[in-house]
Amino acid sequence: MVNTKVNLCGIELDNPVIPASGTFGFGYEFAELYDINCLGTFSFKGTTKDARFGNPTPRIAECTAGMINAVGLQNPGVEKVISEELPKLAKCFSKPVMANVSGFAIEDYAYTCEKLDKEEQVGWLEVNVSCPNVHGGGMSFGTSPEAAAEVTKAVKAVTTKPVIIKLSPNVTDIVSIAKACEEAGADGISLINTLLGMRIDLKTGKPVIANKMGGFSGPAIKPVGLRMVYQVSQAVNIPVIGMGGVETAEDVIEYIMAGATAVEVGAANLVDPYASFAIVNNLPDVMYKYGIKNLNDIKGCAHNG
Amino acid sequence: MNRAYYDIVYNKPLTENIYEMKLEGDTSHITAPGQFINIKLDGFYLRRPISICDYDDETITIIYKVVGQGTADMSMLDESNYLDVLCGLGNGFDTSKCNGKAVLIGGGVGVPPMYNLCKKLLAEGKEVTVILGFNTKDEIFYENEFKALGAKVFVSTVDGSYGTKGFVTDVLKDVEYDYFFTCGPMPMFKAIEKIAKTSGQYSFEERMGCGFGACMGCSCKTKYGNKRICRDGPVLEREEIIW
Repeated sequence: MVNTKVNLCGIELDNPVIPASGTFGFGYEFAELYDINCLGTFSFKGTTKDARFGNPTPRIAECTAGMINAVGLQNPGVEKVISEELPKLAKCFSKPVMANVSGFAIEDYAYTCEKLDKEEQVGWLEVNVSCPNVHGGGMSFGTSPEAAAEVTKAVKAVTTKPVIIKLSPNVTDIVSIAKACEEAGADGISLINTLLGMRIDLKTGKPVIANKMGGFSGPAIKPVGLRMVYQVSQAVNIPVIGMGGVETAEDVIEYIMAGATAVEVGAANLVDPYASFAIVNNLPDVMYKYGIKNLNDIKGCAHNG
Repeated sequence: MNRAYYDIVYNKPLTENIYEMKLEGDTSHITAPGQFINIKLDGFYLRRPISICDYDDETITIIYKVVGQGTADMSMLDESNYLDVLCGLGNGFDTSKCNGKAVLIGGGVGVPPMYNLCKKLLAEGKEVTVILGFNTKDEIFYENEFKALGAKVFVSTVDGSYGTKGFVTDVLKDVEYDYFFTCGPMPMFKAIEKIAKTSGQYSFEERMGCGFGACMGCSCKTKYGNKRICRDGPVLEREEIIW
């Protein structure tokens, strides 16, 4: 028998598999297909203080081994998430859920996190610092250690549940940003968010996506995610959630070997709605194949070689 | 929705770049005409959403246009291949809203979903007129198939090489109807919207990520709030559309 359990910031997960925010809605599209209680947990659709329609369409482009999206954080706003989405979610998911939060000002993050922190089913707050800071010239909070730390502090001051900061890979030194978040009180780090990318339509000579650029995800970015998890997990003493291009149980194990405590599955859910289900089901067999009895035994094993 | 593998029964060209493909597999998740399937192709990351032209208990017929490398590769497949498909996506057309004479307007690759819709409306005992719009004679497909169902069929071509010269609206203006259903390009929709005299349903196209409502890649604003073309659409009622 293999043990797939992991502990994420004080909460035990049956397995480390977590569908990533923006690829799993509020769960119920997937609950029509399989019992989503098989998952470790999932991170729900990025929620902001006010409702957002997001960017104009087209919002999606395809590329080799991946995709680019510029959805622009479409969500009904935190009040409606609490009054409408969470009650629906509770009907199909009985485990603690990860609340993903975005903002465009420090106060927005604090406001939204404080509200969601009070929701019983919310187990963790995952704070996406990749959004542009409207008071900081539009630069993403996640691109400077100071700004990322400021968001972390503001959220920690008004919440009680574990705060996981989700980092952008579009930076020169991911380690300094992760360390700044840890020092500011973060309980965990998740990475990587999407890489900034674009496609151009040869027929029109114009960007495929209306927003011109978007977030590049899919199996093509896995080596970047692994490298950053490997670097960050050695530099901080808080749990790291790894993500980027995860499609199989083997990918999950690779991320844990790089130093991740748990692993998020993103774009794969969009191409195959059963992707996370299949990863959960295959994980024990793949662990057995590699002689892994307990995932904690291999966590960060790549650091020693 | 379900995900399953489907055998290709045949895959044949109808015109220079329009293909008809018949698939065999589970069709139990299809609930209305105008729904679509989402096809995984080797070597391409995202699926290809293609509207359902017709279906029965065991087969699905799709008609698709070769527009890029994905559909070009798809056109090369034969009955030795099978496809990974998400089936029964989208809301489809609601025929219960049509009480009386229906007019179905299909433009180019918007023609296919009209076929099963036509069948259903006729089976419900409704009188159906079909208007098919193409650029030129060589691009015309399914005129005879619609006639064989028992519908009154008109064809328009932009260059006048067949049928009425001009656009579908040049035919529509003289047709008597109580309700319309349409699928086709945006300029055609806008022209219809200008002259349509009744309620109706439009089937929209948008670049999609997942095709089943998870990614919010294909959202649009309507008078009744935001909708996802893939899940809450592709069919929207005339009254809710913001042009």
